[in-house]
Parts: sequence; C-alpha cells; structure tokens
Amino acid sequence: MIAYLGRRLIQSLLILLGVSLITFALLYLLPADPVRQIAGRSATPETVENIRRQLGLDQPFIVQYWHYLARLLGGDLGRSYIQRSEVTELIVSRLPASLLLMVGAILCELAIGLTMGLIAAVKRGSVTDQTLMVASFVGVSAPQFVVGLLLLYVFAVRLGWFPIGGYGSWRHLVLPSLTMGILGAGWYARMMRSSMIDVLRQDYMRTAHAKGLARGAILFRHALPNAILPVVAMIGIDIGVFMGGIVVVESVFGWPGIGQLAWQAIQRVDIPIIMGVTLVSAFAIVLGNLLADIIAPFIDPRIKLR
Amino acid sequence: MRRFLASTVAASALALMLGMASARADDAVDPNTKQGGAITITYKDDVATLDPAIGYDWQNWSMIKSLFDGLMDYEPGTTKLKPDLAESYEISPDGKTFTFKLRHGVKFHNGREMTADDVKYSLDRVTNPKTQSPGAGFFGSIKGYDDVAAGKADSLSGVTVVDPYTIKFELTRPDATFLHIMAINFSHVVPKEEVEKYGADFGKHPVGTGAFRLAEWTLGQRIVFERNPDYWHKGLPHLDKITFEIGQEPIVALLRLQKGEIDVPGDGIPPAKFQEVMSDPEQKARVVVGGQLHTGYITMNTTMAPFDNVKVRQAVNMAINKDRIVQMINNRAVPANQPLPPSMPGYDKAFKGYAYDVAKAKALLAEAGHPDGFATQLFAMNTDPNPRIAQAIQQDLAAIGIKASIQSLAQANVIAAGGDKAGAPMIWSGGMAWIADFPDPSNFYGPILGCAGAVPGGWNWSWYCNKDLDAKAAEADSVVDPAKSEEREKMWSAIYDKIMEDAPWAPIFNEQRFTLKSARMGGADNLYVDPVHIPINYDNVYVKDVQ
Repeated sequence: MIAYLGRRLIQSLLILLGVSLITFALLYLLPADPVRQIAGRSATPETVENIRRQLGLDQPFIVQYWHYLARLLGGDLGRSYIQRSEVTELIVSRLPASLLLMVGAILCELAIGLTMGLIAAVKRGSVTDQTLMVASFVGVSAPQFVVGLLLLYVFAVRLGWFPIGGYGSWRHLVLPSLTMGILGAGWYARMMRSSMIDVLRQDYMRTAHAKGLARGAILFRHALPNAILPVVAMIGIDIGVFMGGIVVVESVFGWPGIGQLAWQAIQRVDIPIIMGVTLVSAFAIVLGNLLADIIAPFIDPRIKLR
Repeated sequence: MRRFLASTVAASALALMLGMASARADDAVDPNTKQGGAITITYKDDVATLDPAIGYDWQNWSMIKSLFDGLMDYEPGTTKLKPDLAESYEISPDGKTFTFKLRHGVKFHNGREMTADDVKYSLDRVTNPKTQSPGAGFFGSIKGYDDVAAGKADSLSGVTVVDPYTIKFELTRPDATFLHIMAINFSHVVPKEEVEKYGADFGKHPVGTGAFRLAEWTLGQRIVFERNPDYWHKGLPHLDKITFEIGQEPIVALLRLQKGEIDVPGDGIPPAKFQEVMSDPEQKARVVVGGQLHTGYITMNTTMAPFDNVKVRQAVNMAINKDRIVQMINNRAVPANQPLPPSMPGYDKAFKGYAYDVAKAKALLAEAGHPDGFATQLFAMNTDPNPRIAQAIQQDLAAIGIKASIQSLAQANVIAAGGDKAGAPMIWSGGMAWIADFPDPSNFYGPILGCAGAVPGGWNWSWYCNKDLDAKAAEADSVVDPAKSEEREKMWSAIYDKIMEDAPWAPIFNEQRFTLKSARMGGADNLYVDPVHIPINYDNVYVKDVQ
C-alpha cells in the first residue's frame, strides 16, 4: 500500500511537471507578445524592451521555464500581466465559488443520474428504460452552453423562478449546478443501470426474493447499497470533466469561479493566469484520480492496489 | 468642438496681450440636482486595475477618472478642456513652459491635502520604468524624461515645485498637446504614502482625490464606489453609490435591465439584440446615440508588393462598398473617408475621399500592372462582426480581381502580424481599431501613421513612413498658442489629406456609441456618450427617483 502510494505520488508529480512544461511551451510559442499587451499601443520601443527585461522575457525558453518552476516551488504563481495582481490571490479568491458549483453539480448529477439509472434497471427492457437511456444520451452529448442558455431562458427569464445569473444565494446555484450536473447525470444513469442490473442478477438477490422479502426492501436495503458504491467511486474522476465544464458554465451564468477567470485570461493572453489555472486544474484532476484509486479497494474488495 | 475654439480663442487673445496665455474655468453644476441614490452597472470582464498609471482599457479608464483627478479635465460630455486640480495655468510665449496654480484644500480620500509635491511624485512615478506604465511615452516632451526612462534619474528635471500650490513644467519642445496630456489618466495625482503602503497592489487599493472612493472590491464579483464627502467640487457627484457587477454576459445584462435590476449595461447592447431593442419604441427612447473618437480601417503594407504601388492602394479604397458594411453592422457606424473621425478637431468636412467606383478601381489596378488582379491575404480578428466584415471586404476586392484569403485570428496574433514587417499584407482593424486617447488630431498620427510606429512591434501596420509628414506633424504640434489652434487644426487636416493621397489605409467607418440606460437615470444625453468617459460620466449623472 505504502509503496503503491509512493509510486503514485511520484507519477502524479511527473504528470504535473509535464503539464507545466507543455503549457509553458505552448504559451511561449504563441505569436502574441505579452510585453506588448502590457506596454499598450503608445509605448516606445525602449519601454517595451525595458518591460521585457524586467519580466525576464528576454531570456531563453529554458531559463524562463526554470525561473517559473523555481518560483512555483515557493508557491508563487507570478503576477497577472493585465490585472497586475498576484495570480495566487486571484485564484484563491475565486476557488470557493468553483468548489461550491462543483458540490452543487455533484449533488445534481448523483440525484438525477442515480435515480434514472435505478428506474431504468428495475424496468429493464421497458419503454421507460429506453426513454431514460435516450435522455441520458442526450444529456451527455448536449453542449453545455446550449443547455445553460436554455435553462436560463426557461427558468430565469420566462418563469422567473431563479435569478438571471450572478452569485450569492442558493437560488443562484441551482441553474449552473443543473447545467453541469446534466452531463454527469447521463454517465451516472448508464453506470448505475448496469451496476444495478449486475447486482440484481446476483444469487443473494434471488435468495432475498425466495425468503419473501418485500420488493422495496430488496431494492433499497440490499441492492442499492451494493450497486451504488462502485458508481459513487467515480466522482474523483469527474473532477476532470468539471474542470472543462466550469469554463463554459461559469461564463454563461456569470459565476465568479476560476473557469471564468481562465476564459478571460485566454482572451487577453494573460499568460501567468492561464498557467496558474491550468496547474491548479491539473492538480485537482490528478488528486481526484488518485483519491478514486485509493478509495476503490475499500469499496470493492475485489480491487487490490499493487 | 467649435465651442472649444470660440471660448478659448477669446480668452487667450486677451491674455496674450499680457504676454501669457492663461485660462481659468469653473463649470457650473445644476443647483437643482439633489444628491443621493445608487445605481448598478454591469460588465462581463474583470476590472483590470484602478491604478491611474497602469489602467489603459475603456472599462477602467472612466472608473479611474471618478477616483482620481488630474490638473486638467474636460467639460462633462464634451471635448472642451478645463482646469481641474489646477485652478489656472499659464503658458510661456515660446510654448515650452507651463505653470499651473493648484486649488487649495483638495483632499485625498485618506484625508491629507494634495499639494504640488504629489503632482511631481505622480509624474516621476508614471515615467519611472519600474512602474511599467503603458502611458509613460505620453510624457516624452518633459525635460529629463529620457534620463528617467533610461533609468539614469529618479525624477523629471523639468518638473519643479515652486511652492505647495504652484508647479512648473519645462518642455524640450513646444507641445500643443500638453494640456491634454495633463488630462489623461496617466497624469492623475496619487498620494505617495498610499502607493508605498500597497506597492504593486495600489491598483486594488486606489486612493485619489476623485468624486468617488472605493468602498468594496470583491474580486470577480463586484466593485462598489461611494461618494467622497470631501470632494472639492461642491455638489458633485450626484450619486451616493455605484455598484459595478462583474462577470455578466451582455445578453444577461440586457435581460436584467429589462427587468429593472440594473441601470446601465457597461458592455452595451449585444449585437444580436440590437435590432430588437431599437425596434421597441419604449427601449429605443432610453438609448443615447453619440459619436466616438474611433476609426475602423484596412491597412495595406506599403513595403510589400503589390501594395508598395500607390495605385493599387487607391484602387482598394475605391473598391470597398462602405455603405453595405455599415448596414451589415445594423448601422452602428457611419462610413469614413479619412483617418480622423468626424467628432475630432481637424476633421476635414470638405474632403471627399475615394468614392465607391468599381470600374475606376479596375482601371487603376490595370494601370498598376495588375489587369487580372492578384492574390493576397487579409488579416482580421476572429470575433463577431469582424469575420463578417472581412468577408464583405473580400467580396468587394474579388469584384476588381483581388483574391484575398482571410486569416481570422485572435486579437494578439493579428497585432503580432501587423507589427512584423513581412507579417500581413492587409489587416481589417476591427476590434483593435484606433480610439483616441485624447481629443486631438495628433493622436491619430504618431503611433499608427507616423514613422515612429513603423517599427517591429509597432502599431503602424501599413509601415507607412513619410519623413516630410513627420516634419509637418512636429511643426503643427509646436503651435502651442491656443489662439492659433484653428491654424494648427488646418495643418493637421492637410497632413491627413496628404496621407489619403498616399492611401496607406482604406478608412471604412466610424463607430457610433449606443448607450442603453434604465428609465430612472437622469442627466443630459451627452453624459451618456461622453467622449472621454465610456460608458457614461459617473460623476455627473443622477437618478430621478431622489429628485
């Protein structure tokens, strides 16, 4: 176990290092010149060169990357080129909003996905089953910005049940969480369905039936706990999907999280922020996967860590 | 702009008899306007910084103006200069010395009185390379600028504190734009102790002398301004509070305005909803339309064949159907025939430019040795409506045989291509087009049409460099005497007319501004399309429900 953990940690660090190198290189290769973004259009060539020197952007790639890594190890993600604030401060101030959205999205996708999966499994082969599976397929494939705008239009503009974008109360959280959750709900519905069908086929289910237990008791006390665990263990892996989704969903709903920050930074070629958000997201994804793997054997004893 | 001329000419003609030009102004505030009330403005993007030495986008530009003051400012809603923190000023007859008398009793938001030392400190700070100010170059005419810019000195030798309420500027050359320079944000006055306290984070903790002070800044969510009770200009601002809500898509902002939740969508009316808004009489009545110091143009790289031939460039000018392009963007602009926009002093009303004439364009192209046209590339920014406009230009060019392939790229990449001599044969400037820093004709020349901008990384994407015009521009800018400003404007008009003869650009249109406001917003229309305050003049507007 310890050896496995150690190996996974080293792997994770290497992945993060790789992500940082690739992102840094891609941003370095952009034809856009960040110094000119900072210097503005009225700057003289001397001013431009002076800023370039101060930021160390006149150095060769490898030196720049090395300096970035050195500062990164000290917890310093640098200063935004456009906003001129510490990237760490910008990310930290927006992280709570993104985490809140993530929790909301997980609750939505579990509630919707597991329910759909459960019903589909119980009604296997019926029209309900087929309808639910088609719906899950639509949920998985619908672009999030379309879903977001649709929900916004129907529930906020037309019906007025929820605020039109913004942040602050639980009512603000519902629509963005739902938009993010619908995608995951599709996956969970499918996984839940097959997991449940798997469990219902087991011998002990038949035994329970034979003993004359009520159908509800069989389903909710015996089948569900066994079926649900392997599905829920996938949440860690979800984080990767969420990190992609928040960029779109936060922009649509004006949700002040790191996805919105990233989107603005990309448009303004604000390289320190792009690097920072990428690294934080990569860290979250690696951590999520790691946790999912570590938890797996506790949930399903058939899995062994080696 | 004519008003500007009339009033200053009369005042300064008299003053000149005493050997000095001077001015003094106090604009009147409507005494019937009651103070109070709060408004909400929305923006999509984060506010970058509120440091006047650094902020340089249209969103923070106007916000900074409400937090800070400079020696000079403009009459609200106009381009007419007036003294602001200065009470009066004098210009020496040679146009190289400007002396400003400061107002007494002006206080920073921290309670300390502002004096001439603060003005000097602020200018030393903005020109110091360590500040990394995008506006440092504006102060190039002040004596000692080169030493500060090169890091050889910490202080501008040409700026002298005569006494706590008098400051003197010595310039290396007569500079007719200097009063404008003293009105731009980069010259706004900051208190040294606060800058030193917050260091690089001063932009998040701005302290100035302005009408409002910062009450709250929650990153990514909202910025709140509250009225500065000690503001020197009695009666201003009218509002108690302004809340800027950040992260709101323009379309969402419009819906919220329609529900009465906000007062002004800072990013304007989203293009997709423009016609819907304008065809609803109730909403249209709340839209204020005004000119903008903006020109959208096509640059042709004069160093690259075949655009090194003036006939080819003239042919392109004649080939573009500007009316059709203006229609394409829902008439949110007016067709342009010269670099200067109509609301800019020096705009030549008599100038006709190149009329749309396909046959003549074809003939010119044949004369230039391209009877069958040629293939080239047109760069454009990839956000709507620019790719659509580029396609319209492409079709117009195809009509005279020029086959232009469109390179639709992110803004930074287009800017990079333009700054590379061999980078882009043609660029549609939309999304990156020139908007004046201050309302003076010289501001459309140097960086975008003068030799100084025709350098790698510069903004003169035509790479047009006419040494003769550079000399004429310098000559025009040495006419400092406000009494001769009409003469100076004529000199500038002649420069732009000559540029159009050489045709390094095909000017396409001048964007108009359309500001949508809630029904409770009050104040003159020109406050909502103020040439130097975008979207609105925060200090002077008011709400009707407290009146």
